[in-house]
Formats: sequence, C-alpha cells, structure tokens
Amino acid sequence: MKFKLTFWKFVFAVIMALGTYALFVRFTQGLGASTNLTDQFPWGIWIGFDVLCGVMLAAGGFTLTAAVHIFNIKRLHAIVRPTVLTAFLGYALVSIALVIDLGRPYRIWHPLVMRNPHSVMFEVAYCVMLYLAVLSLEFSPVVLERFKLEKPLKYIKAALIPLVILGVILSTLHQSSLGTLYLIMPTKLHPFWYSPLLPVYFFISAIAVGLAMTIFESSISSKVFGRALELPILRELGRVMMVVLGVYGILRFEDLFHRGVLKLTLVPSYEMYLFWLEIALALVLPLVLLCIRKVRMSAGGLYLSAVLVVLGFITNRLNVSITGMETSAGQHYIPKWTEYSITAAIVAVGFALFGLAVKYLPIFEDTEHAPEEANAKAIAAAATAMSHAGK
Amino acid sequence: MSKALLYDATLCVGCKACEGACAEQNKLPYDETIAAEQVQSDHKFTVVLNKNEKYMRRLCMHCQDPACASVCPVGALHKTAAGPVVYEEDRCMGCRYCMAACPFGVPKYEWSKVLPKVQKCVMCPDRVAAGRPTACTEACPTGATKFGEREELIQEARDRIRQNPSNYVPHVFGIEEVGGTSVLILSGVAFEEFGLKPNELPKDPLPLYTYRVLSRIPDFVPLGGMVLGGVWWITHRREEVAAAEAAEKKEDRGGSR
Ligand code: SF4
Ligand code: SF4
Ligand code: SF4
Repeated sequence: MKFKLTFWKFVFAVIMALGTYALFVRFTQGLGASTNLTDQFPWGIWIGFDVLCGVMLAAGGFTLTAAVHIFNIKRLHAIVRPTVLTAFLGYALVSIALVIDLGRPYRIWHPLVMRNPHSVMFEVAYCVMLYLAVLSLEFSPVVLERFKLEKPLKYIKAALIPLVILGVILSTLHQSSLGTLYLIMPTKLHPFWYSPLLPVYFFISAIAVGLAMTIFESSISSKVFGRALELPILRELGRVMMVVLGVYGILRFEDLFHRGVLKLTLVPSYEMYLFWLEIALALVLPLVLLCIRKVRMSAGGLYLSAVLVVLGFITNRLNVSITGMETSAGQHYIPKWTEYSITAAIVAVGFALFGLAVKYLPIFEDTEHAPEEANAKAIAAAATAMSHAGK
Repeated sequence: MSKALLYDATLCVGCKACEGACAEQNKLPYDETIAAEQVQSDHKFTVVLNKNEKYMRRLCMHCQDPACASVCPVGALHKTAAGPVVYEEDRCMGCRYCMAACPFGVPKYEWSKVLPKVQKCVMCPDRVAAGRPTACTEACPTGATKFGEREELIQEARDRIRQNPSNYVPHVFGIEEVGGTSVLILSGVAFEEFGLKPNELPKDPLPLYTYRVLSRIPDFVPLGGMVLGGVWWITHRREEVAAAEAAEKKEDRGGSR
C-alpha cells in the first residue's frame, strides 16, 4: 500500500504528536504541571469528558443489544456489530483515560483487593471492568469468524443471551452510578444539576445518546464506507429517541419545579446560560426537529437531530462535572493544552481503531457486497495514518 | 466514646502556635511565608484565618460519618473508633474523589509531585491512641483548642454559650452538621464570615445520600435479570408459536389436499 498524505492524515499525525508529548509531560512532571486542576477543582475534563462522556457515548452497546436480542427487534440486527465495537472501544479508551488521570496509575488494580462497597466509585470500577469483559465476549464472534474458529464461536453463541442480559444490567448500574457519584455533593453542585434524580437522568440520557450515536454512526459509515443507509431502521431509532427525550424533559423540568429552582433558570448567571445551552441542544431543538414529520423521515434530519442530542448531553455532563462545580469551588476551570491534547489523542485513537477494525474484520455484515473500491477508500484517513504512524 | 477537639474562636489570639506544632508533628516545613498562607494545603494541615482581628481555625473536621471515607474506592481513608479520620497512603490510587466529596474541602493533593498523595490533618492518631492530646492542642497557649471526649466537649461548649451568651453566636458548629463532626467550633462572629455554612449543610451524614441508591443494587440485579429474561422469553416464544402455527397450517393444507 502506498502512503499518501491527506489532510486528515496530517491532522491525525499532529494530534498524536501533541498527545504523545502531553503524555510525556504528564508522566514525568505530574498532574500539577500537566493540568489546571487544583485542590478546589480536583476533577477536570479527563473525568468530565473522557470518562463521563466516554461512557455515555458508548451506551449504544447495551441499548442496541437489548433491543435486538432481548426485545427481538430483528430489523436492527444489521447495526449491532458496529455498535458493540464502538462500545468496546469506548470503554477501553475510558479505562486508558482513567489511568492517565489517576495520581498513582500503577495502583489501578487496588479496588480488586481493597474493597469499599460503600463507594460509588468502587461500584463503577467493578461494573466497567466486568462490562468490558462482557463486551469483548459479545464482540468476539466477529474475530472468531474472521479466523474461522468454529468451536469457540459455538460456545459464545450459546451464551449470548445471558451475556446480553448481564451486559444490560451492568450498564444500567454504572451508567446511573456515574450520576450517583455526585449525590454526595449536595452543597457543591449547582442546583440546576444537583438532584436526587441524577442517577435516573444519567441512565435515561445514556439511552437517548446510545440511540443518537447509533443513528450518527450508521449515517457516517454509510457515507464513508459507501453502504446503503438503513433508513427504515434509523427512522425507528429516531422515533424511540423522541419518546426518550420527551420522558427526560418532563422529568427534568418537573424536578426543577418541585425543588423550587425553576425560577432560577430565568435569572442571568454563568450557570443559566450553560443550562439553557444544554437544554436547547439536548431537548428543544431535536424535539422540535423530530416533531416535523418530513424531518423525522429524512436521513439528513435524523442525522442532524442525533448530532444535536449527542452535543446536548455532552454539554450536560460537562455542566454536571465542571460548570456546576465552579461557583462552590470559587474558581473557573479552563483545561490546560496538555489536558486538551491528551483528550483529543484518545478520541483520535478511537476513530483510527474503528477504521482499522472495519477494514480487517467483518463488522458490517454486508461489507463483502460493497464495491471494493469504495471499501478501500473507506479505510479512511485515520486507519492508514495509524498503520504508518506505527512504522 | 470518641475523642474530639473543641476550638473556641473567642479565646484564640491568632498566635499560630497550633500551625507550627502541627508542621513539626507531621514533619512539614514551616516558616514565615508558610505562616502567612491563609489556606489549608498539602504542606499546611491547619490554618488560623484572620479577618479584622477575628480568628477562625480550620482543619479537617473528622466527621462522624465522613464523606471522604465513604467515597474512597480502596478504603484509604477511614474513621477510627477513637475519633480521627486517618489516611493510608499505600492504598490510595489518587482518584481524588475524597477531595471532590468532602463538604469542607479538606483533603489536599501534592500536585507538584509525580507520585502524589492526599494530605490532610489526621488528628495525630498515634498521640490520641496513646491517650495524649493532639500536637496543636498541646501548643495552644490560651486553651482555645481543647482536646477531650466528644460528649463532654459538647456539654462544655453549650455551657460556655449559656454562661456568656453575649460573647457567642448561639450555635456549636459540629454537633449536627453533616451528621456531626469530631471538631467542634464556637465563634463570636457569624460562621459564614469564615465560609462555614451551618444553614446550608445538611443534618444527615452525606454518605447516606449515595447509600440510599447503592443499597438498592443487590435487589436490582436479580430483579433486572428476571425481567430481561422474561422479556426475552416472551418475545422469542411468540416467534416460536408463530412458526409452529405456520407449520401446522401448512400441514393442514397439505393434509386436506
Ligand atoms: S472534613 Fe472532609 S476530610 Fe475531614 S473527615 Fe470530614 S469529609 Fe473527611
Ligand atoms: S484519592 Fe486516594 S484517598 Fe482519595 S478517594 Fe481516591 S483513592 Fe481514596
Ligand atoms: S490534630 Fe494533629 S494533624 Fe491535625 S491540625 Fe492538630 S496537630 Fe495537625
């Protein structure tokens, strides 16, 4: 294969170079030199984005496997593999991000032997670990097929339903637990976001984002990999997403009302603007769009709504973990370049690995039917850049 | 019975003897620059705040049911029966959840170190275990910081307010806040002046807030499994039935021919 430098390969290379250097700074000079974290503000974007958003964005894995294997919605079957792959990569990268954020990364195994079951963090750690194992088993048929290993394939297929059930339970637990993490901070988190319902919100929003990510990915991959878009499937996902968003919106505003915070949402403040940004992106705009039949039926409309939902809930998680903490901390937190660089590199690696996996493994079950040429192009900037960067 | 500290701000003269004694006890550097610092930090576990010749001493409150200990995934922080909330450095993996969770912003981090640890006042556990008062208490020339049984100190604090009501804000900080603490504070000026917010702090121990949710998990797991399994059985059963019926129909038709 001949190497050709394209724009995206170049961007990828720059991101990786910066990220590597930032990583070097992080591990040789410590967190103080590589982050803008302080005693008042101990958690930054590595927790707020890499972990909270990362886990949320990987939520497609359990929503879709549940829909297909438990609720038996067969039409969605075609997109199970790419979604499980995304989930697997997502969780793997979240774990890496966590290692980078830990002050003593080499002790990451400590929760295995030093248990504190009263700690939400402990529970999250266990769920994520177990779920990563479940995801790799759920994904393993793809690899086994590729190498034609019939026997293990049979075992996995037999165990699939229990695995899926286990996966859904583990996901429900840790998706909501990420919200529970903040329940212990009633005096610190701004009332827009502190609510006894936080675990419920985190869970529902994970479902909404799981659906949105599935729409988003199918749309993108249909473009990049030249596959026919499964429009009827996406329409169905869009409809479900609309219902989920509706439920979330009603809960959220009723809760604000009952806690007497609703009137605060009209008093100008730093938090107010970010609150409304979140609500506009995650709820208002996508709901309005999806209510219009023509939009809901079109590929472009669904894609746009999905992107809005994803951005909206990313804003939500950043609001919970950063915006909502700033007043009580008495300081603004703006990440350092090192923090951005490492986050960007992790995201880039995710894209690259996805590209590689699609190239070498039967992820899209109909890939063989896709024209070879489109496929070759498909490998995408990231994938090639990745394999070359390695040399 | 557990030990506690009673700090009476009206008796404090701001000499910072406690700061110096604490630094010595914990083998931390202490000089004029550090003395002038008005925050707790990784090298200063207690600080005497000064506002217009009014003083307030801050240190870890040693909560009865500490948020920091409850959130630590590896149990590096825990409350001892004697009162102190201590830290085991070899366990800590540096997630900093304790810092995020502590309602008083106490645990501090060694940000400048490559392998940092959490730092905070641990209430001189070795001394307390040996039946001695903490270093800061011993150094206090006016008795503004007093060491003793928590119950007795609460009694004494209440007596002091009763006997001298004009001197005090009528509130002993630490009896009820976040479920009670092992550091009790009396003050002559509003606690809010020094960032202590008795009205905003819940009376319930904070760990209760998360535990209410966590404690449901053991029920949720088997229940969730049952429900999901049930749904699976129903949705797939319907299919089987449909298939069987279709097959039957075919047969019927075949038979009638
Ligand atoms: S004041 Fe903070 S650090 Fe001290 S025991 Fe309470 S929660 Fe823990
Ligand atoms: S930073 Fe250390 S002591 Fe604090 S919660 Fe994490 S592991 Fe526990
Ligand atoms: S109790 Fe001990 S560690 Fe805490 S402030 Fe006093 S001297 Fe320092």
